[in-house]
Amino acid sequence: MSGATATLSGVTKRYGAQCAVDGVDLVLQPGERVALVGHNGAGKSTLIKLMLGLVRPNAGRIVVLGADPAHGAAAKAEIGYLPENLVLQPSATGAELMAFYASLKRQPVAHNRAILERVGMGEAAKRRVHTYSKGMRQRIGLAQALIGTPRLLLLDEPTTGLDPALRQHFYEIVDELAHRGTTVLISSHALAELENWSDRVVVMSRGRKAADGTITDLRELAERPVRIRITLPEGNISLLPESLGTALEWERIGERVIELRCPAADKAEVVRRLATSPVAFRDIEILVPTLDEIYAHFLQREAAE
Amino acid sequence: MRAIAIIAAKEVRDGLRNRWVVAITLLMAALALTLTLLGSAPTGTVGVSPLSVVVVSLSSLTIFLVPLIALLISYDAIAGEIERGTMGLLLSYPVARFEVVTGKFLGHAAILGIATIIGYGAAGAALAFGGGVEPGAWTAFAAMVGTSILLGAAFIALGYLASALVRDPRTAGGIAVGIWLFFALIYDMALLGILVADKGRTVTPAVLDALLLANPADAYRLLNLTGFSNVSLFAGMAGLAQQMALGKAALAAALVAWTAVPLSLAALVFARREL
Repeated sequence: MSGATATLSGVTKRYGAQCAVDGVDLVLQPGERVALVGHNGAGKSTLIKLMLGLVRPNAGRIVVLGADPAHGAAAKAEIGYLPENLVLQPSATGAELMAFYASLKRQPVAHNRAILERVGMGEAAKRRVHTYSKGMRQRIGLAQALIGTPRLLLLDEPTTGLDPALRQHFYEIVDELAHRGTTVLISSHALAELENWSDRVVVMSRGRKAADGTITDLRELAERPVRIRITLPEGNISLLPESLGTALEWERIGERVIELRCPAADKAEVVRRLATSPVAFRDIEILVPTLDEIYAHFLQREAAE
Repeated sequence: MRAIAIIAAKEVRDGLRNRWVVAITLLMAALALTLTLLGSAPTGTVGVSPLSVVVVSLSSLTIFLVPLIALLISYDAIAGEIERGTMGLLLSYPVARFEVVTGKFLGHAAILGIATIIGYGAAGAALAFGGGVEPGAWTAFAAMVGTSILLGAAFIALGYLASALVRDPRTAGGIAVGIWLFFALIYDMALLGILVADKGRTVTPAVLDALLLANPADAYRLLNLTGFSNVSLFAGMAGLAQQMALGKAALAAALVAWTAVPLSLAALVFARREL
């Protein structure tokens, strides 16, 4: 456990009667890319702020980079943070803001150039922030978080409102850090966006951790069926499912299209049997549950408890 | 220490950049020059140094203007930055909260200091060119500029306290206006009313002294209008000056306390605050 970037144990944070974070345990390892997902108000931002020491827990223990974040500022030199809805000072230029933040982190201002180039703001950094688009402001926001190559990068809804190309660029940049051992945690309310990016997904619901694992783990946990769509040639369409032997759930969804449903764990077996089936088919399409389906499942389960 | 200097420098740079410094300097210079030129016109024959007159009129102006400017530049400092998310970002850096408050305070005090020195200095320079300023009056003038900055610092600290206490920067702005109205206008009127009604029964000179120290604007007024004989004569405060038990040191200490106490309270409130 000593190698963990951040360890939260039994952390609870209440605002009056409302419980923003409720008994959360979380361990983040070096190089991990973690997607923190949940509805607005599920406790994502509070969890991040707890790790930064901006709010103090009512119960539980937090250790980030070997220190309690609410006390002692030293460990913060190795943390990068991009707050949600950051409003940068409009009259300053991007380069000036970067110089300010770099000097606070005791990093050479000369290194800023490379960071600004990396986020695609090499030229625009000379201009004032009020001339920037939303995407450019977010790039500067990311750039300041990258100063000094942090060991922990906490990005609170960094890609909300950005176009898909820029979003992809964001993920590429943080991936480079993750490869070098930085723990990256990105929060979002749209899980699908982070599907191909994250090593691990933590689902928050009403302050509690509803799920935590790799995407594959979550798929299995959610027990959502895999759907297999098969387009058949002329003939009796019920022949195929019958040829597969076991009672598979299926329905006809088109003129010549049927949809089979099976548990994710049985998917490989079903496909194998399909391949050896005497009934020929024209096309096959395997629909694994989307992240949003899985996510909705966990949220519903949490709400039902 | 380093972080304090960096934050203070940024505050000054921002002040220059968004033209606060220029606007305040021009306003103070314009009002100071107007008072200087109008103020010296009727005094040509009585033989009073125009500079002493200027000290009287400028310190009367300062009592209203400087606290207002100080509160305007300070009320947003904490609540506004929290709302914009920049405070959370700043605190994610290796910076302690007291360093943020101290750095910002020094930056804002410097902005006000620059504006006061240049603005009032312009009036002083205009007089110096006119000639006929007796050497002693410069001491009173310099003390006036210095204490004006100190008065500003006290109200910056009060503005920070308001900004640290409330969540919404607009509420902090409302409180700042309230603070200004209370100390610059209402306090003296209320005090006068009490003195008239009381006729010296319970409000003894000692109580009055305490009441005057309880308002930084009054401490400033007494310090400048009674501190120098020429000035007090012209301010019509000579009688009061002789009766006052309060020395210059006590008045200056009151102003320093009016800066240090609210600033410490603001830092204390901010240290416990959750973002």
